[in-house]
Amino acid sequence: MSKVIKIRRGLDIPLRGKAENILVKNEMAETYAVKPTDFPGLTPKLNVQVGDRVLAGSPLFHDKYRPDVLFASPVSGEVVEVRRGERRVILEVVVKADTSIEYAQFETASPNDLSREQVIQKLLSSGNWPSIKQRPFGIVANPTDVPKAIFISCFDTSPLAPYLDFAAQGEEEAFQAGIDALRKLTSGKIHLGLSSDYPAAKAFAQAQGVEHHFFKGPHPAGNVGIQIHHIDPINKGEVVWTVNPLEVIIIGRLFLNGIYDATKVVALAGSEVINPRYFRLISGARIDSIVKDKVNRDVDVRYISGNVLTGQKVEYIGFLGFYDSMVSVIPEGNHYEFMGWLSPGASKYSASRTFLSKLIPGKKYRLDTNLNGGKRSYVMTGQYEKVMPMDIYPVYLIKAILAEDIDKMEQLGIYEVIEEDMALCEYVCTSKTEVQDILRRGINLMIKELS
Amino acid sequence: MFHSTFDAFETFLFVPNKVTVKGSHIRDYIDMKRTMVIMIFALMPAMLFGMWNVGYEYTLSIGQSWTFWQNFWFGFLKVLPIIIVSYVVGLSIEFAFAQSRGHEVNEGFLVTGLLIPLIMPVDVPLWMVAVATAFAVVIGKEVFGGTGMNVFNPALLARAFIFFAYPAHISGDKVWVAGLSGGQGIIDGFSGATPLAKAAAYQIDKIPSVHDMFMGFIPGSIGETSTLAILIGAVILIITGIGSWKIMVSVFGGGMAAGLLFNIFAVNPYMQIPFWEHMVMGGFAFGAVFMATDPVSSSQTEKGKWIYGFLIGFMAILVRVFNPAYPEGMMLSILLMNAFAPLIDYYVVQANIRRRLKRAKQVANV
Repeated sequence: MSKVIKIRRGLDIPLRGKAENILVKNEMAETYAVKPTDFPGLTPKLNVQVGDRVLAGSPLFHDKYRPDVLFASPVSGEVVEVRRGERRVILEVVVKADTSIEYAQFETASPNDLSREQVIQKLLSSGNWPSIKQRPFGIVANPTDVPKAIFISCFDTSPLAPYLDFAAQGEEEAFQAGIDALRKLTSGKIHLGLSSDYPAAKAFAQAQGVEHHFFKGPHPAGNVGIQIHHIDPINKGEVVWTVNPLEVIIIGRLFLNGIYDATKVVALAGSEVINPRYFRLISGARIDSIVKDKVNRDVDVRYISGNVLTGQKVEYIGFLGFYDSMVSVIPEGNHYEFMGWLSPGASKYSASRTFLSKLIPGKKYRLDTNLNGGKRSYVMTGQYEKVMPMDIYPVYLIKAILAEDIDKMEQLGIYEVIEEDMALCEYVCTSKTEVQDILRRGINLMIKELS
Repeated sequence: MFHSTFDAFETFLFVPNKVTVKGSHIRDYIDMKRTMVIMIFALMPAMLFGMWNVGYEYTLSIGQSWTFWQNFWFGFLKVLPIIIVSYVVGLSIEFAFAQSRGHEVNEGFLVTGLLIPLIMPVDVPLWMVAVATAFAVVIGKEVFGGTGMNVFNPALLARAFIFFAYPAHISGDKVWVAGLSGGQGIIDGFSGATPLAKAAAYQIDKIPSVHDMFMGFIPGSIGETSTLAILIGAVILIITGIGSWKIMVSVFGGGMAAGLLFNIFAVNPYMQIPFWEHMVMGGFAFGAVFMATDPVSSSQTEKGKWIYGFLIGFMAILVRVFNPAYPEGMMLSILLMNAFAPLIDYYVVQANIRRRLKRAKQVANV
């Protein structure tokens, strides 16, 4: 085993309800959706209308400014709804699934026999391309760029995160095929980030043509942004790409089987789930297909596609996000608490040491969505730094964004972070600052400025 | 109409039912109220001891000996009006500003409002407390945009205001003991002078014992005399992480370094005072624990905190020993470093920016 990179700053929030390593059989969902809102900065243009029939792999919409980038239906069936929000922004394109899926056929091919352009073409036309994200900015990669490296984090440290090694079991061949395809795309290396706490799954540990890196430490050690920072940080003008390992598998299937098969193993977790387990799902599935009858009915709950720090709130009949590999269910915090700020707080988990709960190590908590306080200006200092294992001054970066000072944002390292890397800052903030939202606004400003 | 005011009282009584809308779905239980309450807890030992000591010093001045509770009750009645005036004036202004700006009332003043009485001499006229508090809140805080935006520590600003606006009323030997400035009976041999005043007058033999100064049986501002009570507060702040231990340690470090330097090159009796005695004299400990650590006006970067604290400690002793006009250097030294904290941070952050640029250049050269 090569050198272990130790991450010292960070925080593992001890939430109750982590999924057991058991894969449960479930029925197919009734409808599936692709949500343009999963792709920051995207302006979608529809390729279909309500009533059209689509196959798994046929495009539903594309990027207005990069028409090559297609977003494909994960299943075959009929387009039943295009949900729009304010100013007619497209929120969801919903497909009612057939009982057995018909796939659009793309030729099978070994990536090693294809040229770079052929690999890109194949990924674009099959709707696989959006699973490749670029840094800086965390947006869908630009097919005309050549990234200096590709980073894949093979473990997830976020609260209640799925055990990706479990989700990748039996997918060794597809993962390797995906890696082979990605190798064609970069001029540099493919970096795989692994946890040093346990031996990685065969698919990850035995992958060929990659460089393995081992990390140890609390969240966000599993975030690919943190790993990039410690392996080969992004400088101004550089571009690297990142892919989630479950999506590498989906890319691999395209080359092995010639189809867009967006099936992945997804965790259902959270304190309100009766038996937190894993399920095999197709990307974009309506979540009631897995949460039905499995959730505590006595309280108001919030369904989140993704983890509790960065996920999106969805309805009971909402859809799994494109990049998400878990559904979290936690109680809503829409209740009052008498003099709550004065209570000793033996059952209130806090990253600070101002509650008695700090004296009970190892306890798991049922945390709700209450804001636990009002918004204030910055008063406390040093909080963000404790949970941000990067050589970056987070508060200064946030202030530069609020001031819309492009030069300062660049100097303070905005190229190296996206929302997930600073989500813990938002969690611990005494002043309840909307860190992730501010950061995305800053990133959008940078994109506008650079284009 | 009075939404901010209503909101302030509502959130005081109940943690509201507001849920997260954007970003992280769960949030830490800590909020500004919790933070400020911990600060107030940490101030309690110093405040309670200060009340007792007001009574105790008074009995010394009239040559009687009272019970513990008599002392405390006497001091309580003396100190309570100052606390009430400070809170009423300060909070009224805070509420008015929050109301006119339409945002929630910030809890910052709950601490400032207690700090102000604790750094006042007990015989300070109440109207002065009111004027100083109003000055500190309006000029020190609200003109910059409220808590979190201020450059200077508001409580110290109130103290500095009184010191410079009413020097005749507020310094000398009489204001530190209740009733003295009103001409109440002094028995022979009693002096209301603080240890610092005695030291500045080179009456080194008259300085109380280190034990008395550490315990706090000395005249001085209400809350500053007992180093022991302040250390209990420091422990609370450090355990909870609300106060920066880095600043506290570096202030003491800076003070000792200065004291040691003066010991080595001593040319007058004041410079000969053993360096550790400076730590228990005057407002040094109080300033180090409760004033220098104010997160808003101190250095924001972790590296900056070391520099900031060290310079405060060093300069406090420097002013103390070499400036005959004002015996206590802590207030001025902290206010001065409040002004320089952004500059310290600027250099720390600039170093980070340079590291990033250097990294980019190295890559470009390869």
